[in-house]
Amino acid sequence: MIEGIEARFREVLPEGAFCSLRLVDERSETVSVRQDVLQPVRSSEDVGAMLTLVDGSGMGYAATSDLSRSGLKAAVDRARTWASRTSGRGLVDFSAVPQVSVQGEYQSPVERGWDTLPLSDKVDLLQSQSRQLKRGDRIVDWLAEITRVRSESLLLTSTGGRVHQQFEFLIPVLSATANEGAETERRTLGGDLLGRQGGLEVLDQVGFTTEAPRIADQALELLSAPDCPAGQMDLLLAPDQMVLQIHESIGHPLELDRILGDERNYAGTSFVTQDMFGTYRYGSELLNVTFDPTAPGELASYGFDDDGQPARLEHIIRNGILLRPLGGRTSQIRAGMEGVANARASGWNRPPIDRMANLNLEPGDSSFGEMVKSTGHGVYMETNCSWSIDDSRNKFQFGCEYARLIENGELTRVVRKPNYRGISATFWRSLRAVGSRDECRVMGTPNCGKGEPNQQVRVGHRSPPCLFGTVDVFGGE
Amino acid sequence: MQEYFFGLADHLTSQLEGGEVFTSLFRAEDSDFVRFNQSRIRQAGSVVQRVLQLDLVRGQRHAGAAVSLSGDEALDHERLARVVPQLRDRISSLPEDPYLLYATGGESAGKVAPNLLPAPDDAVDAIQQSARGLDMVGVYAGGAIHAGFANSLGQRNWYTTYSFNFDWSFYRDTDKAVKSGYAGSQWDPEAFDRKVRMASHQLDALRRPPHTAKPGRYRVYLAPAAVHDFVGMLAWGGFGLKALRTKNTPLLKLAEGKARLSDAVEISENTAGGVAPNFQEEGFIRPDRVPLISRGTHAGSLVSPRSAKEYGEPTNGASAGERPESVDVAGGSIPETEILRRLGTGVYVGNVWYLNFSDRSNCRTTGMTRFATFWVEGGEIQAPLNVMRFDETVYRMFGENLVGFTRERDWILDPDTYVQRSTSSGRIPGALVEDFPFTL
Repeated sequence: MIEGIEARFREVLPEGAFCSLRLVDERSETVSVRQDVLQPVRSSEDVGAMLTLVDGSGMGYAATSDLSRSGLKAAVDRARTWASRTSGRGLVDFSAVPQVSVQGEYQSPVERGWDTLPLSDKVDLLQSQSRQLKRGDRIVDWLAEITRVRSESLLLTSTGGRVHQQFEFLIPVLSATANEGAETERRTLGGDLLGRQGGLEVLDQVGFTTEAPRIADQALELLSAPDCPAGQMDLLLAPDQMVLQIHESIGHPLELDRILGDERNYAGTSFVTQDMFGTYRYGSELLNVTFDPTAPGELASYGFDDDGQPARLEHIIRNGILLRPLGGRTSQIRAGMEGVANARASGWNRPPIDRMANLNLEPGDSSFGEMVKSTGHGVYMETNCSWSIDDSRNKFQFGCEYARLIENGELTRVVRKPNYRGISATFWRSLRAVGSRDECRVMGTPNCGKGEPNQQVRVGHRSPPCLFGTVDVFGGE
Repeated sequence: MQEYFFGLADHLTSQLEGGEVFTSLFRAEDSDFVRFNQSRIRQAGSVVQRVLQLDLVRGQRHAGAAVSLSGDEALDHERLARVVPQLRDRISSLPEDPYLLYATGGESAGKVAPNLLPAPDDAVDAIQQSARGLDMVGVYAGGAIHAGFANSLGQRNWYTTYSFNFDWSFYRDTDKAVKSGYAGSQWDPEAFDRKVRMASHQLDALRRPPHTAKPGRYRVYLAPAAVHDFVGMLAWGGFGLKALRTKNTPLLKLAEGKARLSDAVEISENTAGGVAPNFQEEGFIRPDRVPLISRGTHAGSLVSPRSAKEYGEPTNGASAGERPESVDVAGGSIPETEILRRLGTGVYVGNVWYLNFSDRSNCRTTGMTRFATFWVEGGEIQAPLNVMRFDETVYRMFGENLVGFTRERDWILDPDTYVQRSTSSGRIPGALVEDFPFTL
């Protein structure tokens, strides 16, 4: 698809205006076995391009799946019409935004390519996991699934920019649903947060071929477990809940376009204001958060964002102090602040906006065992299953699939329907201990929603388990 | 566009080999999107996209692919000439699918609405004029939406609508705002002005210093937009046959007769009253109405062809997700004009936000108040309310604690634009509820 598009783009370039083309060619395939029955194997090919044009202070875009010369020409004309319509009526003076002429490449690391395993072997692998999930009659639904996505993007600009990136994603899913009477409990391998860049080696990295019996057994165990008790207690969160906590109550509130008000009608605003950067205590001394699209193998690793800005590791929070917002080139100019390379689009048919990419909580020096031992009265929670937070990203309530009480420094009874709530602005200050590097897990979500028009993007997070002091915890009805 | 798609279907039919059948669903749109912040344009552009979801079938074996198309007949024939053999190869390595079901005697039909949309310049002008002097943020989405079904058995269905949806908020400051929406197929300046005036009027009420409620139970009025979001949560696995049979439905207790809602709760999938296409990906035609909850008890499920085959029930044309697309909640007897008086002292909730289950088995839902939410005393709005978290089971709020629904209903056209512009809608009343718990 890349072949030929560059020449056609050069042929339709308008005179006297900045123009860019962002081509995305995304192929995916999902193989899924539910209740030991192979589900319809689905693939998709989504190919198109967005033409963006700056004319005076205005900017317009036109996205099309017609990549012929006439299709691109028509898109340039439409983009120019929108640019002239918005000139003088826009929020941003795009003539003041420097345009890209960078050149570069990026490719996901892949050890074992998707096609190295024939479809029939993939089905066998999934059938095997499916059978292991059915641990008795009370398991009423069970699923083993793998989705592979190969995405290729090419950014060309009229100023000579050329960024070519090739991504490979693997998103495995294992789940078991147990039921008894009116009670249903579902246990998964890492919720919907297991995705990584890479090939089939990701399956081994996440324990896809070993964890099915544990998941099913824990779903059954939850059926007869008591509800999580209510009260103020210490809270130890596993990485597969930490990533959600980071995502919702650090990632989103620090997105600069939210702080600048773009998202107020949909995804919301932020309790964070521009004057807080550099001085605000976001969390305890133990809180260190980095923005790192250069980390290999995370779901949102890349060489360049969709505006063509080179990716770089940046400290967002250091020793608890808020340093830098998550804002791309346009937001940085609007706010007069330094940010990160995070202007990202969900595909060829949506314009880039500020997104999280990989947002990681840096490891500390406590082991999981030490954190348990230091807790007199608390609860340990694993695997997010419920998430809700206000439009300023402050008052949150999250729920997990599985929990165990911590009593006098020991993990004890399993409890079900664990929930907790708090306020972002104060919650991170109760961070009492951070797990070590060895205990970090790389996870991510393939469907972080935001933007008008709406966009879902892939976001990566890496975190160790973390211990918080005195949190409002409760269970089910 | 219809001619283009049907031509493509005829071409596909000619490419089949002996014993092969195909089904296909086509979705296309030609949309303008104008995003606003501070009453100025933030991002503007247009999107032209066409996607064909193709399923190639041989006996009980089949394989599917979704393919984006260019709209150029020759190019698209070339693309499909590559995809069809790939599917053919794949089928040969797959086992039979015991749950494959597609329409074999489906009725062909078409529905094409006229294009009465405003010119984009006119819509943007009207929007910016209405927001003069105000802090407006939101998005205008407008244009054509097409959908079609075709199979190699000769069935052809078509749907074209031209619609717009302007979804916006007027902000007072920080998080104090009024959210509104104006959607339809023909821009009516007077109707738009009424919406703007109503929102401006509510904005005035946000001038007052905000009230902070303590956690506790309150009498609340949930405006139709808020009720729509709660029903949206029920739709997350609550109305599908697969979720029911796998015990994943949040309404399991209702379905099994272990709990019930108020007699006033009547929910149905009202395809005849909605704007979504009445056909789905396997070619089945939806009935005009499917009752889901009647007099507070389980009345039926949305059944996709796959679930129909798996569980031995007839399909009612639901898509694979088995979610309502034209949800209808029956109105009650409370006149809208009496809501504040009937509320007395309590909270008027204009919108809710970010709902999720905190105890799925008990259909307990947490979320936040958002936008125009007010503290009311003696039937009068006193002050905007600072956002509050709630956590409550639907069995209580729409069961023993439901005072009643409003007589009037809003017709809410879904502004969702993930992947493509939504054609979902809901006819929804407001609800007066006792003892609604705010927790944080």
